[in-house]
Amino acid sequence: MAINAMQNRAPVAQKPHKVEIKADADVGAYIDVEINGKGYTVPFGMTILEACRNNNIHIPSLCYHEDLCLAGACRVCVVEVEGMRTLQASCAYPITNKIKIWTTSERVRKARRHILDLLLSEHYGECYSCVRNNNCELQRLAKEYGVDFYRFGHIKEPRYEVDRSSYAIVRDMDKCVLCKRCVRTCIDLQEVGVLEATRRGYSTLISTFMDKPILDVICINCGQCINRCPTGALRAKDPSDEIWKAIDDPTKHVVIQTAPSIRAAIGEEFGLPPGHSMTGQMVTALRMIGFDRVFDTNFAADLTIMEEGTELLLRLKRKYLFGDPEVKLPQFTSCSPGWIKFIEHYYPEHLDYLSTCKSPQQMFGAIIKTFYAQEMQIDPANIVTVAVMPCTAKKFECNRPEMNASGYKDIDYGLTTRELAQMIKEAGIYLPELPKSYFDEPFGNASGAGLIFGATGGVMEAALRTVYEIVTGREVPFENLDITPCRGMDGVRQGSVILTDVKDEWRFLEGFEVKFMIAHGTSNARKVMEALIHGELDDYHFVEIMACPGGCIGGGGQPIPTSPEIRRKRAEAIYNEDKELPIRKSHENPHIKYIYEKFLVDGPCGHISHKLLHTHYVKRGKFIV
Amino acid sequence: MIVPDNNVIVNEVEKLIEKYGSGRENLLPVLQDIQRKFGFISDFAMQEIAHKMNIHPVEVYGVVTFYSFLSTEPKGKYIIRLCKTISCDLAGKDAVANTLQRELGLKFGETSSDRKFTLEYCHCIGMCDQGPAMLINEQVYTKLTPSKVIEIIENLK
Ligand code: SF4
Ligand code: SF4
Ligand code: SF4
Ligand code: FES
Repeated sequence: MAINAMQNRAPVAQKPHKVEIKADADVGAYIDVEINGKGYTVPFGMTILEACRNNNIHIPSLCYHEDLCLAGACRVCVVEVEGMRTLQASCAYPITNKIKIWTTSERVRKARRHILDLLLSEHYGECYSCVRNNNCELQRLAKEYGVDFYRFGHIKEPRYEVDRSSYAIVRDMDKCVLCKRCVRTCIDLQEVGVLEATRRGYSTLISTFMDKPILDVICINCGQCINRCPTGALRAKDPSDEIWKAIDDPTKHVVIQTAPSIRAAIGEEFGLPPGHSMTGQMVTALRMIGFDRVFDTNFAADLTIMEEGTELLLRLKRKYLFGDPEVKLPQFTSCSPGWIKFIEHYYPEHLDYLSTCKSPQQMFGAIIKTFYAQEMQIDPANIVTVAVMPCTAKKFECNRPEMNASGYKDIDYGLTTRELAQMIKEAGIYLPELPKSYFDEPFGNASGAGLIFGATGGVMEAALRTVYEIVTGREVPFENLDITPCRGMDGVRQGSVILTDVKDEWRFLEGFEVKFMIAHGTSNARKVMEALIHGELDDYHFVEIMACPGGCIGGGGQPIPTSPEIRRKRAEAIYNEDKELPIRKSHENPHIKYIYEKFLVDGPCGHISHKLLHTHYVKRGKFIV
Repeated sequence: MIVPDNNVIVNEVEKLIEKYGSGRENLLPVLQDIQRKFGFISDFAMQEIAHKMNIHPVEVYGVVTFYSFLSTEPKGKYIIRLCKTISCDLAGKDAVANTLQRELGLKFGETSSDRKFTLEYCHCIGMCDQGPAMLINEQVYTKLTPSKVIEIIENLK
């Protein structure tokens, strides 16, 4: 299948260039270079910046980002190359011959300092009232270069209005350094195309189509641009003031649920290296903050698997047993709200392929304000539901008008990992030193299947563990239940599972090969959709899409910075925790069994679940009005 | 000028893309032709071009706002651009500017209500040795004096 070979639409000039060795060149695969008077051997074509960083030589950078194509826009990374008249941007200089480089000569230091002074002269903002205080690349550079006065003056008035139109993203262009990382994220990495540099010279401004408020253009709220912005110019809309208010209000019963990927990343906000799971400490912290109940979204993920897996089996039945030509297969997952908005805008004719299941966050909200309220005998009007999510799109999702199945707003606030960490700090708590504790009943247990929802491929793996067992009565035939074809970080992955010795009621699936595909990042989602349109997915049955690179662990609400390495470590933390859990399949979660006995009595995809746990989508289209 | 019907734009864009090709490198000529034909590039036109060229509307908007000679707002039939760069300034640009404003009843940056004239400044147009200089649409006028300006404007009115 040619999906991986499909080109993305980035302008040629913005693509990473591979430098090939010419046949008649007198250099080999490695080149000897001299950096600051010392000899090094580096691979041919590697940039000066990479070569230096690999050898622990520090070069500052601002517009460079590991996830993105090169821009060479900020010039903070300049170095001196012998024989070159001007200083060279090291991030955009591939080494192709023996060169001598100086990374900290007087000329270099002076140039960098001037660039910084110029950036600061236009930078309106005060660090102590900025969300990126202490985690800002511009601030760090200013400190590194010892900036203690404004050589070229300092702007006194804001030039732009802050755009607060979106449910998820706040844009404060006075803090923008025009590095274009957000542009490259949105156009290249995500292929959504909201932001671009407009105008020219001093007036240059990163803006939207016709300078419209970001709410009115096709932004999918993925927040990936926030994660890559070096400054506080882009941030998420923070509801924590309202949440504190609810906590302080004795008449409110404040319930919080935490998504699978939070525990794997929140430690980073407290200075821990990526890949440390903080589940128990986080639960303790949430209780200390004052939440009345702390629930695990993994429970709702298990519920999602029951519903979505059943939905898949029903579609297979309708198509292959009853020959219904109307059935849309493959079924696409629907738990990533960024992906939902993406398909609503760009492929509105294909919404029927989506599972009708709500995301775990929304399912949980609907359950809390109905079943849980009943069991606890609390008036749902007094329940405030907060969802800690790795995701900024969840802030938009919980505000979708149809998300009120309980008769109330199912989820009142979407909070990101970063914002939660801030609340924990504000409460005077140092997370890593807390004792561990467990999630609250009646949703205390969740399976490992619900946990791995946090990484790309996790939903597929969780669903397969359950679907296979429903149909055959046996565990999926993978060592340790680890369905390895689902794992990894390739943009588009695929695999299949063959159903054999099936139970009687699934006779028609004997020998059936369930083919699945997994994609993460909306640029890859686009490739999958194009393949679908061209009929290349006709023999596939289930497709998992997550809008963010890496899945939720790389979500737009996760700690900054992000890189392929960081995302890999967070995913590892999740898979390791899954291995340790006593229950690793959604359908074996006793609380899931309980809720289907007590409340969702007509079973998965029955009437009650249809009302509470399923939804519909909006044909939005791509025309911007 | 009447805002063009969207169908007219759809047809025109289709024609231009056929002429120049749908690759993104052909964006500028397409935009220039649209600008010439309609006097501006409407947001509908930008989106239509973007979708036909398989790029994002905001990328088209970025290009349109980059170039002073492309505009997103309707302009007058005659666009008068007076050079504001230093040699024209020294050669007496201010007097010419005042005359233009008085004769047209417009300030710089404005378009007359009958959509006949737009008055703006521009950067160097390469006529430094013959300043003050201005452009009216694609025609260059050099060594301007207030009386010369009055005459030129009279002829257009
Ligand atoms: S963006 Fe960075 S430098 Fe600017 S105010 Fe915020 S922390 Fe300070
Ligand atoms: S949130 Fe996502 S879609 Fe919206 S501007 Fe940022 S990267 Fe683009
Ligand atoms: S908004 Fe942030 S990422 Fe985008 S150009 Fe400005 S500083 Fe860079
Ligand atoms: S980091 Fe090299 S030019 Fe910006």
